[in-house]
Amino acid sequence: MDFPYIVEPRRDTGLYNAKLGIWLFLASEVMLFGALFSAYVLLRVGAEPGMWPHGWLNVYIGTANTIVLITSSITTVMAWVSCKLRQYGRFKFFHALTILLAMTFVCIKSYEYHDKFTHYEITLANGKFADGHLVERSKDFDLAKKTGRVTIHGHEVEHEVELMDMQRPEARHIQREELTIPATDIKKMERYGPWHHTYLAIYFTLTALHAFHVICGALVIGFLWGPGSRMWKTDPERFTNRVEVSGLFWHFVDLIWIFLFPVLYLL
Amino acid sequence: MLFGFFLMLLMRWQISKPGVPIPVFGPLLEKVLGQAAANGALSPDLYNSFGAMHGTIMVFLAVVPLAFVAFSNFVLPLQIGAPDMAFPRLNMASYQAFVIGGVIMLTSFFIPGGAAQAGWTSYSPLATMIPTDGQIFWLAGMVFIITSGLLSAVNFIATVIQLRTPGMTWMRLPFFVWAQFVTSFLILLAFPPLEAAAVMQLMDKVAHTSFFLPTGLAVGGQLANVSGGGSPLLWQHLFWFLGHPEVYVLILPAMGIVCEIIANNTRKPIWGYKSLVYSALAIGFLSFLVWAHHMYLTGMGTKVAVFFQTTTMIISIPSVIILTCFFISLWGSSIRFNTPMLFALAFLPMFGIGGLTGLPLGFNISDVHLHDTYYIIAHFHYVVAPGTIFALFAGIYYWFPKMTGRMMNEFWGRVHFWGSLIFMNVIFMPMFAQGMAGMLRRMADGGANYSAAVNSRAGADVIGGLSNNIMELHTWILWGACVLGLVQIPFIINLFWSIKHGKKVGDNPWDATTLEWQTATPPPHTNFPVAPRVYRGPYEYSVPGHDKDFTPQNEPPK
Amino acid sequence: MNNSMTMNDGRAPEPAHSVRGYIFVFIALLAGTFLTVWASFIQFGSREINIAVALAIASVKAFLVVAYFMHLISERKMIYCVMGFTAFFFAGLMGLTIWSLSPNSLVHMPHVP
Repeated sequence: MDFPYIVEPRRDTGLYNAKLGIWLFLASEVMLFGALFSAYVLLRVGAEPGMWPHGWLNVYIGTANTIVLITSSITTVMAWVSCKLRQYGRFKFFHALTILLAMTFVCIKSYEYHDKFTHYEITLANGKFADGHLVERSKDFDLAKKTGRVTIHGHEVEHEVELMDMQRPEARHIQREELTIPATDIKKMERYGPWHHTYLAIYFTLTALHAFHVICGALVIGFLWGPGSRMWKTDPERFTNRVEVSGLFWHFVDLIWIFLFPVLYLL
Repeated sequence: MLFGFFLMLLMRWQISKPGVPIPVFGPLLEKVLGQAAANGALSPDLYNSFGAMHGTIMVFLAVVPLAFVAFSNFVLPLQIGAPDMAFPRLNMASYQAFVIGGVIMLTSFFIPGGAAQAGWTSYSPLATMIPTDGQIFWLAGMVFIITSGLLSAVNFIATVIQLRTPGMTWMRLPFFVWAQFVTSFLILLAFPPLEAAAVMQLMDKVAHTSFFLPTGLAVGGQLANVSGGGSPLLWQHLFWFLGHPEVYVLILPAMGIVCEIIANNTRKPIWGYKSLVYSALAIGFLSFLVWAHHMYLTGMGTKVAVFFQTTTMIISIPSVIILTCFFISLWGSSIRFNTPMLFALAFLPMFGIGGLTGLPLGFNISDVHLHDTYYIIAHFHYVVAPGTIFALFAGIYYWFPKMTGRMMNEFWGRVHFWGSLIFMNVIFMPMFAQGMAGMLRRMADGGANYSAAVNSRAGADVIGGLSNNIMELHTWILWGACVLGLVQIPFIINLFWSIKHGKKVGDNPWDATTLEWQTATPPPHTNFPVAPRVYRGPYEYSVPGHDKDFTPQNEPPK
Repeated sequence: MNNSMTMNDGRAPEPAHSVRGYIFVFIALLAGTFLTVWASFIQFGSREINIAVALAIASVKAFLVVAYFMHLISERKMIYCVMGFTAFFFAGLMGLTIWSLSPNSLVHMPHVP
């Protein structure tokens, strides 16, 4: 018995099997990211007034990443169109672009992560806070033993709440300079990792899960571009369907970012 | 499933005889687990971890894979006339993920500190703050198991939608298929939030984030070194968003199986096919909107409680409709009392008890008293153990001839049935009384300390402490559980022995109408040599004017 | 850009017609991005309005991606059903959880010394 509806769609549903399958999977992904977005809303609403950060992420870099993903969406669609029009060369070209754009996205994201992991908030012994990026640690720096010193490029504030809202007009005028702080003055020193604040926790979780989906999607598209493209010669219609299905997943990844960007970067 | 049962036996011993070494297995435990099982008895931590793992294993590693995945995989494509599942490779991936998840869960018993201890519900902050690594294994295992479930759900839905054979319209599907279809949607849409929550709890444990840890959390009298700002209730909401649909995942396939068997053994069409279908759809839809009835004691406001109470009451209606349809189907029928039918018949009152005892739990007022007591344990075990598991037994006896071409032994089937029925009731019926008297869940010493504390505060005769009668029930329950375990042995032997030595039968030994019985045994590679064409509904039994008392779905009209 | 009327019962529209359409959508998405960023710098008075504006623009962008890039606008009932239910339950999860945890709806226990 021939396996039905792998290539040609079933009349009453208008779908071939894999397309239905990927939409179902995407439905489950909506619930997955939905739960994380709910968590974001709850954490933000439940935070103490004034203690939810704004402007901790670079908007220009985020915009660049958004443009990268949107462009990759159009190249994905064009790759599928080329398949439909049986233009193999153009399909290869567009999908190669998509993969390159995906890698660009991941690179930019890695840079952002690195930026956060080199950003420190230092609680000083006098109750004030110093906040900035690490320039250097002296060789004998040891917080436990209180030896050495650390140099950051940043600023000092009286209260922790002043570090939260970096979108307020006054924040634009903050002077950042090199501060050298001896270990004896430091009570606590913490990077801007996910443990530092629930905002960072949800940021890292959401974007890491998203980046994981970007990488997986890129791998599938890469497979179809490379070894998988053999099917083009034997069954071009089925191959086109595979390209469409991987494209649907890719658009979904873009869709998530369309919401992630304003929620995490702008609001 | 047997392992989960065994864990429960160990726990039961501890409950009725706290501190007394367990016979035979005690020293073995001590050798394997060391200090946790000192002197051959369960330490409280070990008791807790057994409790958490008993629940997790039974729900996620036993009932869901068996009721949903295994039965669907074999029966569903056959019943809709499909050559196979829509995505065979996905099926394999789902199985492999399940194995990995299962291995992770089981190995967690042997790591230092043992398995997860925070209940199958794994509430934060306790789950995160216990200093051992069992929770990490639990969370990692859950991620794999959930992924496995999702892949299977995608497969089943696509198969039912796309691969129905010509003539198999929606309203000609056997109710078993409808039940599995709705179950698949529940899994597809309800599992991901738990996966998200598991990832977040894993981050809490490994990356020291504070998704579920509130500001000002103190552990052991000291302020915890975390950023705070999180919400323990968030975990509960996300967990129960799955947790409630999960219980319908456990029961719907069982209802499907019972329907098939009742129709077949009453030699009558099922009464109210359309009602059954619409009720199943209604249950599926509503099950997403009731979850906070597991959280009545968390301090939610009255409006919210009323909302969830209302939806909970509404969802009991379709369940009652389904059970009523089954009962009415028995009226005026000629019942064949074979082993599958015995289990299916017993399902009806047992699930009835389980369901009805859920009503006081659905109301906020009464739930305040009963929450986290043994009443709850009795309620849900009634629905799952003499409920779902009986349906699974029924399904195994029923479809065994389709897989192997032989029948299981009828005599030992009846022994298995009566033993299971009687002793399941011996175990769980007293728990209602215990719960109403105030005995709480998850107490390693069976409530002795709790009872003593209450009595010493308020005086020996005041309501609140647990009377000796209540405590003595523990011993009954323990022996009931042991005998229940013994009674499963003939079943297991029967199962394996009958594969080779059971009575040989033809392709359709039960004279059934659904498509799986109209093909060879065991079904060939593409299930049917030629795609069947369906002309009629699934339960055409005793149709007037026909010479046989059943008419298969693919028999053309005269 | 005739995406909803198809001559080949239920399939996605013939691509040659749609390339122009895709380019339009792409430009719209880029425009939406710049609009969102620009709007985030405007002080609307209350944070809530900023949030509403940003989410509204994001929803429009999302609609464009789903309807045109993912061809949802030319699909039939089956997919709409699946995604419709998903959207409803997603809204339920978000809405009910937030409602039950919002400070106004929680029961306040009296402080016991």
